[in-house]
Formats: sequence, C-alpha cells, structure tokens
Amino acid sequence: MKNNAKAVRYNKWGYIFLLPFLLVYVVFQFVPTVTTIYNSFYENYLDGLTQVGPNFVGLENYKSLFSSGDIWTFTKNTMVLWIMCFVPQIILSLVLGAWFSDVRLKLKGQRFFKTVIYLPNLIMASAFSMLFFTLFSDGGPVNSILMQLGFISEPYRFLTYTGSTRGLIAFMNCLMWFGNTTILLMAGMMGIDTSLFEAAEVDGATSTQVFFRITLPLLRPILVYVMITSLIGGLQLFDVPQILTNGTGDPMRTTMTLIMYLNKHLYSKNYGMAGALSVLLLIITAILSLIVFKVTGNDKRKG
Amino acid sequence: MEKKQETNKGLGIHARRALAYVVLCIVTFFCLFWFYVLFINATRSNGEMQAGFSALPSTHLIENWTNLVHGSQPIFNGLINSFVVAALSATLCVYFSTMTAYAIHAYDFKLKRFIYPFILMIMMIPTQVTALGFVKLVSGLGLEDSFIPLIVPSIAAPVTFFYMKQYMESSLPLSLIEAARIDGSGEFRTFNSIVLPLMKPAIAVQAIFTFVSSWNNYFIPALVLHDDKKKTLPILIAQLRAADWLKFDMGQVYVMIAFSIFPVIVVYLILSKHIVQGVALGSVKG
Amino acid sequence: MKKKIVSTMLCLTMLASMAAGCGNDATTDAGATTDAGATTDAGAAGEAAGTEAADAGSAAVITDPSKVLNIYVWNEEFKSRIEDHYPGYTKIDATNGTIGDVAVRWNITPSDDNAYQNNLDATLLNQESAAQEDKIDMFLVEADYALKYVDTDYTMPISDLGITDADLSKQYTYTQDIVTDSNGVLKGLSWQGCPGVMFYNREAAKEVFNTDDPAEIQKLVADWDTFNQTAATLKDAGYSIVSSVNDTYRVYSNNVTSKWVEDGVINIDDNLMKWVEDSKALVDAGATSTYDLWSDDWKKGFYPEGKVFAYFGPAWLVNFSMAADTEGSIGYNGGWGATEGPQGFFWGGTWICAATGTDNADLVKDIMLKMTTDDAIMTDIVVQDDDFVNNKTVMDGLASGATKIQREGESEEHEYTSKILGEQNPLPMYCAGVDGLDLSNLSAYDQGCNEEFQHAMKNYFDGNATLDEALELFYTAIAEKYPSLKAPTE
Repeated sequence: MKNNAKAVRYNKWGYIFLLPFLLVYVVFQFVPTVTTIYNSFYENYLDGLTQVGPNFVGLENYKSLFSSGDIWTFTKNTMVLWIMCFVPQIILSLVLGAWFSDVRLKLKGQRFFKTVIYLPNLIMASAFSMLFFTLFSDGGPVNSILMQLGFISEPYRFLTYTGSTRGLIAFMNCLMWFGNTTILLMAGMMGIDTSLFEAAEVDGATSTQVFFRITLPLLRPILVYVMITSLIGGLQLFDVPQILTNGTGDPMRTTMTLIMYLNKHLYSKNYGMAGALSVLLLIITAILSLIVFKVTGNDKRKG
Repeated sequence: MEKKQETNKGLGIHARRALAYVVLCIVTFFCLFWFYVLFINATRSNGEMQAGFSALPSTHLIENWTNLVHGSQPIFNGLINSFVVAALSATLCVYFSTMTAYAIHAYDFKLKRFIYPFILMIMMIPTQVTALGFVKLVSGLGLEDSFIPLIVPSIAAPVTFFYMKQYMESSLPLSLIEAARIDGSGEFRTFNSIVLPLMKPAIAVQAIFTFVSSWNNYFIPALVLHDDKKKTLPILIAQLRAADWLKFDMGQVYVMIAFSIFPVIVVYLILSKHIVQGVALGSVKG
Repeated sequence: MKKKIVSTMLCLTMLASMAAGCGNDATTDAGATTDAGATTDAGAAGEAAGTEAADAGSAAVITDPSKVLNIYVWNEEFKSRIEDHYPGYTKIDATNGTIGDVAVRWNITPSDDNAYQNNLDATLLNQESAAQEDKIDMFLVEADYALKYVDTDYTMPISDLGITDADLSKQYTYTQDIVTDSNGVLKGLSWQGCPGVMFYNREAAKEVFNTDDPAEIQKLVADWDTFNQTAATLKDAGYSIVSSVNDTYRVYSNNVTSKWVEDGVINIDDNLMKWVEDSKALVDAGATSTYDLWSDDWKKGFYPEGKVFAYFGPAWLVNFSMAADTEGSIGYNGGWGATEGPQGFFWGGTWICAATGTDNADLVKDIMLKMTTDDAIMTDIVVQDDDFVNNKTVMDGLASGATKIQREGESEEHEYTSKILGEQNPLPMYCAGVDGLDLSNLSAYDQGCNEEFQHAMKNYFDGNATLDEALELFYTAIAEKYPSLKAPTE
C-alpha cells in the first residue's frame, strides 16, 4: 500500500515531464497533421491564384491515386533505393562499430576515424549534388579517368541510365548517412559495460563471438531505433534524388520516390491529393515499422 | 602458419587489423574528398570553373572571399542567425526530448500506454506534408521574420525522443533512480543531475544531429524569413545562386559554402569529443 | 568531468542567447534605446522599417502606415537598378531604403524550390486583410509564369495607374505581349529587352565553311531545314551544331501559333512537335546532345576544345555567362560572331507588376515610367550595366551608331561594339530579331508545360522511351502540376 502511494506520487511527474513536448506538439504539429488527414477527403488546390474547393469528394483522391498505378511504381522505386542504400550502410556501420569497440584490435587513430566518418553529413545536400554533377558529368573527371584506364571508350552518361542513376543516388545517400548510423551505434556500444568485454576475453571468446553474443544483443534497442528511423527516412527519401534528377525522377521516373511524388502535388498546393498520399504513406510506414518491431522482438522493458 | 593456429578465433589478428586499416583509409578518402573539391572550387574563378574540373587549386580564393564579403549578402549576420537558430534548437531539442523519454522510461502512468505509440506514430508523418500548413499557421500567429517558429518546434522532436528512449533502455538502470530517491533527491533534481550526465553520449550525438540539420535547413526558413537581417546561411546561399547574370559567380558560391560549413565542423569537433570520451569513462560510473 | 557536456550545452545556450540579444535588438527590445553597433548608420527610419516586429518603433517614425512601399523580388537585380538609377532613392541597408517620405522595403525570397512564388501567392491571397503597412505594392515576375499573376485581379492594369499607351510607344511589343491578360489588358512593364540571336564560333566557321561573315553564316541557318543540313556538315567536321537540344527549344517555343492550354485541354503546338522531331534526328545522328542548360557539359563549348559551333542567346549570355573574362575561352579572344538564326526569340527578362490594393499608386507609376520609358535613365543603364533596355529610341540610336557611349575609364566616346563578338556591333541584329516576335500565344501554365515537356522529351531523345511513352509522361506530369488541366482525348 505504502509503495503504491509512493509510486503514484512519483508518477505524476511523468505527466509533468511530458508537458513541454505535448504543448509544443499540439501547437505546431498536431493541427497541420489533422488538417492533412481532413484534407485528403476534399478537392482542394490552387489553379494559378484561384482557389479550387475545398469540396468534399469522399474517397475520390484515394481512387485516383490507385487508378493510375503509379503509386506502386513509386513505392517500388523507393524501396529499391532504400535497400540499395541501407544494406551497405548498416553493414559498414556495424563493421566499423565492431572494429572500434574491439579491444584486441587496438586500432590506432580511432579518434581521427571516428571523427571523419560523420563529416560528409555536414555538407548541404544541394552543395553535395553540385559536386556530384561536376564529377560525374560526361566531360568530368570520373569519365576521363575511366577512359584513360581503358574501361570505356566514350563517356558513360551516368544520369541517363536507370541503374547508374539509382547507384549514384544510393552512393551519395549512403555517404551522407553512414557516419550518422555509425555514431548512433557507437554511442550505443559505449553504454555497454566494458567489464563484459574484459570478462569475455578472459574466457577466450573470439572477436566474432563477442560481437554476436555480447555486443549485438545489448545493442538491440539502438539497432531497432536505427532500423526504424532508417526505414522511415528511407520511405521519406527525397532531397538527394530530387536534386540529382532535377525533380524529374528520370530516366522515365524510375528514380521517383513517394515524397518526390508528393512534392509534385504540393506545387499546386493540392492539399487533397497530397493529404491522401500522406495518409497512405503513414499506413505503409506503420505496417513496415510494426514488422520490424515484431521481427526484432518485443519491446518489453527489463526490470 | 599463424593463421592456422588461430582458425578457431577467425581471421588472424594481424590480417584483421590490416583489413581494418585498408577499409578505414578508403572510407576516410570518400569522406574527406568532398571537402577537398569544395576547397579547390573555392579557389577558382567563375570562368575557370566553366572550363571544367581541376584537381589543383587556383589563385582566386582571396578574390572570391573579398567579392563575397563586399557583395550584397549579409553573410556575418547570416552566420549569427544560423548559429542562434541551430544552437537553441539543438539545446531545446535534446533537453526536452530527454525529459520526454525519461517520463516514458521512468514512470508508470495511465496514459503511457496511449502516449508512447502515439509519439511513434507521429514520427512517421513526413515533414513535407505538414510544411505548408505549418507556414500558414506561422503567418496566422504573426510569427514571420521571427526565429520562434524555427526554434520552439524542436522541443517536440519524436525522432530524438525515440533515440533517447532506446538509449535509456540499454543504459539507464531504474535502480539508479531508485537509489537517488532514497537519498532524498527530488524528481527534477534527479533528472538534471543524475540522468542528464548519464545520457551524455546520447545527448552529444543528438545535439550534433539537430544542430546540423537545423544549420542546413532551407525549406522552412526560406518561407518564414524575408528580412535580410534575419536570414540564415542556406537562404543566403540560395540567393547568391539566384543572382542575376551580372553578379552570378560560382566562385563566390563555393567560398560561401565553405564559409558556412566551417562553423559546423567546429561545433561537431567540440561535441564529438564527448562521444569519444564516453568510452574511457565507462557509462555507469558517470 | 561528468558535468562537462551539460556545461558545454549551457555555454552554447548562453552564447546563443547573447548573440540573439545583439542580432535581434530590434525584436527583443524595440522600445529600448542603446543597442547601438549594428544599426547606428542605419538610422531610425531603417530600424523601424527593418523589422515588422518593431511595431512600437515604426509607429513613432512612420506616421502614415500607407507610406511603406513593399516590393517582392527573388534576386537583387531590380534593387540595384533602382539604387543606381532611380532619382531620389536613398539606400539605408540591404533591404531598406526611402524615396522622399516613403519607406521602401525589399522582400527578397530566392526562387529555389518555388519559394518565391509560394511566398508571393500567400501574400497576394492575403492582400485584402493585410495591415496597411504590409500591403504589397509591387512585385516582379518572369515571362514563364507572368500570366499566372497577370491574368488575375491581384495585378493592376497599367492604365489604372494613369500610364497611357503613348508613354509606352518606345517599348518592344513582345515585352507587352507577355504581360497582357486574356482580355487584352496590359498589366506589367519591363525595363529590359532580351532579344536573342545565334552566336557562332568564328574559328569553327572558317574551318568548316571558309568564312565567318555573319551574312554567309546566316544563309546556312536561315530556316530549320538548312539548319539541320548544316548540322550534318558540322558533325562530319567534328563539331556539334549546338551544345544541347535545349538550346533550340526556346527558339521553337517562342514561335508557336497556338497556346499550351486551350479550353482547359493541353495542346502541343506543331512547332514544338517539330522541335521534338528535329531534335531526335540531331541526337540520333550524334550532331548534338541532351545536356541541361548550365550543366558543366553544356558549358564546355565556351572553349574551343568543346567543339560546339553555336549557342542561342541574348546579349547577357555572351557578355556575362560565357566565360568571356577567362583566358582561353572563345569570348576572351573575341571569337564569337552573331547572326539572327532560323527564327527570332527572346530569353530572360523581368517584369514589374503593380499589386491591386497598393496604397502608393503614384509612386509605383513614377517608378514604372522612369525605369521603363525614360530615355536618359535607360541609356544610363545600357552604359553602366550593359543591359539591353526596353526602349527602341535608345537601342536604335546605339545600333545605328548615332548614339555614342563612354564608359568609366575610357578616354573618348565611341560606337557600341562588342569585343567578345570580334568588334561586331550586334545591336541591329538584336533589334531586328525581336521586332517581328509575336508572343500573344502565352498561357498561365507555360512555366510548368515548358519544363515538363523538355524533361519528358529528354527520355525520348536519350532512347529511354518511345515518343508515345514520353508524351504520356508529359501528360501525367502536367496533371500533377495543374490538376485542372486535361490531356487531349484522341
């Protein structure tokens, strides 16, 4: 009884600590979000400077989203781009994280390497892609190096083929974000008690064993975080393909992602279609996130 | 020979170390290369850049810089503005996200079962969707040309909250809080003087991320800030790139990009020290 | 040790709030006095005009809130023209000035991500309920989207300002076509003309055709059929006739005989289909490529090694954008020649519109008249900024050599010639090309249609799609941008 009363007294602090978040959230995000969902049932856009609607149209917006079939193409594009970028990224990050945390490897210059990996993220995406355009242009240095080495006889037009365009997008995105992921994982690894590693070493465990038996399981919450945020980030992939393809998703929209598509509707302030697309995106994200949660185990707190 | 002996331990330690160094060197090259190209371009004149790429620096760095400083963009104002917005956003964001995460992590209350999934759900709403509604709201509140709509919303950052929550799960034992309570520490004090220091690596990580994304943010600030004295660096860069033909100069653009990256690097280096140091200290010892 | 991060964050916060204190003095302590430093030379009026938040301050200085002239622009071109040439403009700082007792506020939003139009749309839609000092008075538009604004009541007819046709008689007609609404009412003015010509590489011309005489070259590009035959000759000699198919797009699209949109249905003009056909043939034959304008590959022809025969463009392109100040470029050596090319066209330009509801109509009228019709001011603009002004009297005078000019640092007056063009005087050619231009076939959807058409067709040229697929893509893209438009039903 006594304990319970105490708990209740403490637990009111839960509400107090939540208050700032909820207040700011309601003022700045909740209203736009609700209107987004609300708008998805209306015809509502600007034709030049003339406001059309809002007229209630029921599920009409959703219908026209599905009727063209484009939505599936763009979902597929987005997933392909995400996998192309996420798989190498998570592998690289885990490997780097494992090496950095491996006491036996005794890597020199760790601080330097740890610092360097995040640097690409400091460059604005628009500035980054300016550099990419220069380097991968027909007359650019990448082509001239490849030609000098004799790999190709005439310039390879990177941005006119689906494969190479997707490759460049994945490469650039991966470069920008793998440092981010690695830092997240490293920060998580730091939370692991070092005595565990020492004990494992005394017991004669190999590095691989240490990594899979100790590091990974203890890292699980952070890994779940990385998976989910990366998935969400992947589904919201926008700026890199947008700038690199000048918003077209060329060639033939094979690099058009869902948010780029959404952005097309925002051009005419088409809140109706944009709203419907957002709701759909929300549903897709929620389902995929749920799967990740289930696969990585239940999120139960340990005492 | 050695390899054979160590088969049960996987690859030989030397081979693994060598492999690690090779990979790290390649990764380092790809991370630093862009800064080199940026620097090279900042030293070249507009005309030289039209002639194509060059791997060697040219002689126009000072000239580009002088043109930029004496040009029409208030870059030092922009620097201060960007810094104010990014620093305050990062501070508010990590502090309140940690607080929110702590609320969910450490307390049991009725609405918790409802609020936690709710926050996770709003994390999934793409920011582009609410952006235009947000701008409407801002002008409705009369907050145009103010930093408030750029700073205050960072208090409610679901992604940062989620990270803090996950981090607490792996490295903030509740027993510690229990111990603090027995010592008679108030809840607010416990949070500030025990929980926050323990969260150091996580706070440093998220502070960097928030700072950088706020520093590089263009879309929302461009729609909110119109007074030249209030503009942040990305807007000024866009303005420089939109300059008319008489003033258009890629040399200046690159110098300005370099100029705007420099402060983030400094902030990053300061904060990253704390991430790296965390290892040596061990976590629970605080 | 453990408090280090906290203390760092605290330091950051303090630093930041201190910085906020100095940076925003006008917002945070508008009423209070002495936060000198930043704004001393700006003066009281500037400080008040500078921040809308400083209501207290502005009320003290601007007695009449209607005496604020709000001008919306996306870059600084017009601002510097006003600063340099409009009599009576006093500059306070980068975004503030005064004309007499009226405070001028420049609202600059860059055009990236459509931010300029988004901002302008929101402001115009809000014009009626806006506070008097916030009411927009003037805004600038570009040709591609001019009609979006002009064809609404948010833009004031020029005649309502008291400007007569007689005032505007010296302007080039095409500049008025662009800002004439669907009822034939003129609603904007420009101080610039941007007639385009074809610039060709003189060395290449001598090498392939044994002459670099503009009249001879003109015969080789007199119409599109001869142009395409010449392309084949140049291809055999190792030259691309133009850097990209996008170079010629503007020339075709300025000479259409129907609008992009008729009765809400998308309509592709025959001349544009001819562009598609001609371009596909050129690309397939290897006579040109599909580079985006301003990309590195497109620019390589500014140098002799780029092996590009010609570019289409107005004066500003060759004067300022083709590396004429860099050693080794064709322009640096005076190696370009100018000729009219197959069809007349224009590229660029900025139009001034008056917003309905302006409370400074007289001042707006005066700025428009001075900047777009005054001979002395406009000659000055040509001399100082090398702009091509929208004034036949001024330009004809310079073209014929009747008007001499003298720039800073030059010892004597001389006829207008261009060093970049090998001392040719290109003005007669510019003037001729633009005179016959008929731009009455514009629609409010041109910006989106032109962009999407070029994007979609690029897929066809590059062999990633058939013509039908590319057209289908175009219609889809337009339906997304302009939900009210429909694709034609066969």
